[in-house]
Amino acid sequence: MGTRFTVNGRAFDVKAEADTPLLWVIRDEIGLTGTKFGCGVALCGACTVHLDGQPVRSCQTPVSAVAGRKVTTIESLSRNNTHPLQKAWIAHDVPQCGYCQSGQLMSAAALLEKNKNPSDADIDAAMSGNICRCGTYARIKAAIKTAAADMRGAGRPA
Amino acid sequence: MSARPNTRGLRLSRRGFLQTSAVAGGGLAVGANLAGLSVEALAAGTIHTPNAWVHIADDNTITLISARSEMGQGVYTSMPMLIAEELNVDVRTVKVLIAPPNTKLYGNALLGGPQLTGGSTSVRDGWEKLRTGGAQVREMLLTAAADQWKVDRGSLKADNGWVTGPSGKKATYGQLAAAASKLPVPEKVALKEPGEFRIVGKRTKRLDTPAKVNGTAEFGIDVKLPGMVYASLEQCPVIGGTVKGFDAAKAKSMPGVLDVVQIPDGVAVIADTYWHAKKAREALVVQWDEGAGAALTDKSMLAGMRAGSSGDKSIPLSPVGDAEGVIKGAKKVVRAEYVMPLLSHSPMEPMNFTASYHDGKVDLIGPTQWQDGAQGTVAKALGVKPEDVSVRTTFLGGGFGRRIDVDFIVQAAQISKAVGKPVKLLWTREDDMTHDFYRPQSLHQLAAALGDDGKPTALTFRMVSQSVTGRVFGLPLEVQDPLMTEAAMAAYEIPATRHEMVKHDAGLRVGYWRSVSHALNAFANESFIDECAAAAGQDPYAYRMSLLTGKPRFANVLKMAAEKSGWGTPVAGRSRGIALMEGYDTYMAQVAEVSMQNGVPVVHKVTVVADLGRMVNPDTVEAQIQSSIVFGLSAALYGEITLDKGRVQQTNFNTYPVVRMNEAPAIDITLVPSTEKPGGIGEPATALIGPAVANAIFAANGKRVRQMPFSADNIARA
Repeated sequence: MGTRFTVNGRAFDVKAEADTPLLWVIRDEIGLTGTKFGCGVALCGACTVHLDGQPVRSCQTPVSAVAGRKVTTIESLSRNNTHPLQKAWIAHDVPQCGYCQSGQLMSAAALLEKNKNPSDADIDAAMSGNICRCGTYARIKAAIKTAAADMRGAGRPA
Repeated sequence: MSARPNTRGLRLSRRGFLQTSAVAGGGLAVGANLAGLSVEALAAGTIHTPNAWVHIADDNTITLISARSEMGQGVYTSMPMLIAEELNVDVRTVKVLIAPPNTKLYGNALLGGPQLTGGSTSVRDGWEKLRTGGAQVREMLLTAAADQWKVDRGSLKADNGWVTGPSGKKATYGQLAAAASKLPVPEKVALKEPGEFRIVGKRTKRLDTPAKVNGTAEFGIDVKLPGMVYASLEQCPVIGGTVKGFDAAKAKSMPGVLDVVQIPDGVAVIADTYWHAKKAREALVVQWDEGAGAALTDKSMLAGMRAGSSGDKSIPLSPVGDAEGVIKGAKKVVRAEYVMPLLSHSPMEPMNFTASYHDGKVDLIGPTQWQDGAQGTVAKALGVKPEDVSVRTTFLGGGFGRRIDVDFIVQAAQISKAVGKPVKLLWTREDDMTHDFYRPQSLHQLAAALGDDGKPTALTFRMVSQSVTGRVFGLPLEVQDPLMTEAAMAAYEIPATRHEMVKHDAGLRVGYWRSVSHALNAFANESFIDECAAAAGQDPYAYRMSLLTGKPRFANVLKMAAEKSGWGTPVAGRSRGIALMEGYDTYMAQVAEVSMQNGVPVVHKVTVVADLGRMVNPDTVEAQIQSSIVFGLSAALYGEITLDKGRVQQTNFNTYPVVRMNEAPAIDITLVPSTEKPGGIGEPATALIGPAVANAIFAANGKRVRQMPFSADNIARA
């Protein structure tokens, strides 16, 4: 008897113990490795996924807490890089080592769900929980603005 | 100390690129282990290897080899760009393979031979070697076509994956590759003049970005082998301590646990999932012999550096004139001491590796900066032949020098041997931060005599620190460590100078940290020249310029940085600091614009001017400058590892904070067009942001902070 929930629209019934962090269930049991482990204590944001549309740190979310709920991961944005954020990340060549970028993209996606025209301060507030040791922050910020404009249908920002 | 990587690479003499390329010729004949390519495909003759840098399949799929690890710095794109330029293929259509260990084929001549990614050397080492590699294959394809078509070779062209000739003759590179691979590799080939470059020097999209925005890029943590189990390793809280005994009864009773094994560095729990291994590890009871490090504190280490010890070795560095004599007789003398703390690398991907020991052979898969070091060290540790150890390099979730060390790779291999299964060893963040190879502390004592015009007439510079090269490569104590003296000799024209570098073993294992000693020495030099300017009552920019009359590349970047930053045009509530350095053949100046809030600096803007000679991918150059500034700023504002009773006190990003988006400054970059040879760009900007900010703090409030990090405490004490 496991925990039932959906990941990217697919139903899963996982056998991991109830206190197992969602991160390790997604990575090791379900086999979606785009979501990354960075700190284990919700300080870095590398493991960010959406739970019923809200960004959460999957390393600090026990799998029992997602029973009956909807989890979405980086793999849900699109496999073929057609999501406006993925397009913008490519246009700005954001990633360096790339390890934190799944978490960055999921935090950014949550922001743009609520706010299609974020200010610098909005972006800082939404993204400062995500650490990037390669220092790609300026490009992330620029890419979020490009994606937001794309989603508004406004073309690239001035 | 953990296992010392093999040093055979270091003893290899430097070789010219043509010699290297000649060695590289002959494809499989020289025994390249083509990990990652299908052995069946090779055996069937569908993939051909004219030389070590280019693989061409019959279907014209072209794979270019990067002998360097991709850790964010862009070599997955820049190395292929150099080969593709001469091979005349579209870099967007090629596949990229990170090279397997093969010191002869893929060694880094700039570092003396090892197949190691570091020291901002990839482009500098590859600049001629890789273009030559591409040109050789182009020439071989042309010769193969000329032979086949029985036409004059001069009438043929190799372009965009096709060789074309007279009367409509044409063939893909793939159709000619089998014949080309049988030809001798030409030693002398003509390379394009830079004016003919179609790829090199052009802004080019990174080839690894698409995989890094949808979760498909494979990092070490993502590796999965059939039958693989997971390991979590308990190491002594005091680095260097050893296991006295342990009780695994409770751990073994926990869900999913398969085994508990002791290896030299600690006790490993092996389980069916990572989480099971980690949870059971928490139930281990281990008794440790904490060893020689058990009493260490960072303060005692620094005091030891100041006091010196009988094992210290002082080595002068190119003295000019009688600097001490001049200072003794001078009317005006400036003296200062600067201190740098221990630092952790803390890349986003915690240390991990996957190893599979079977039948006396070992397969290693994961993130490493040193392929032949991993191979040689694991071979020695497991008692197998180096050629029986394969290494496949994944993407690295950051390196910064930490992944030059191979401790975690050896551990994974030892655990795999002990359990007889493929094992993925994954450290926690806490393991990573408390078992790093730390950037050494350093102490810098500077003195200068100022003449009547305020300019320095003599300078003495004494640096005490720990030699990383002594630990990693066994460099003898009496030999100067070139990775301790970087940026020690500043550009400024001073008639008499004496530099003394003191090697002191402070007792903690140390490692190469992005920009290595540039960051240490540039902080001392660029703070001190500011202090001299202040003592002379002169503007820090104008003072520097007056000491650079015969140094045009330095003077140019400094002048441009001053102009671009609006130096001399105040902005209300803000102050500016300037800094200048050459590192990795790159000349750079930075101006930091800062305001003080609650006793600490907020960095609003950084202006950077860099002259790094010819560039391969200017967009990556800019990205590396942005990256280095954020990395260096994290160290300047927050970075400090402390020890108590031999235990590292910082365990995660709450106690070892790093710069986040809301703290990241705007960065304005100007790249100077140049025809000079390429300089390295992965690191130098890291070293300059610290002194630029320190000088801006002084400009703001007159406080000269001589110790990093620039915390409220360290600034208040200044």
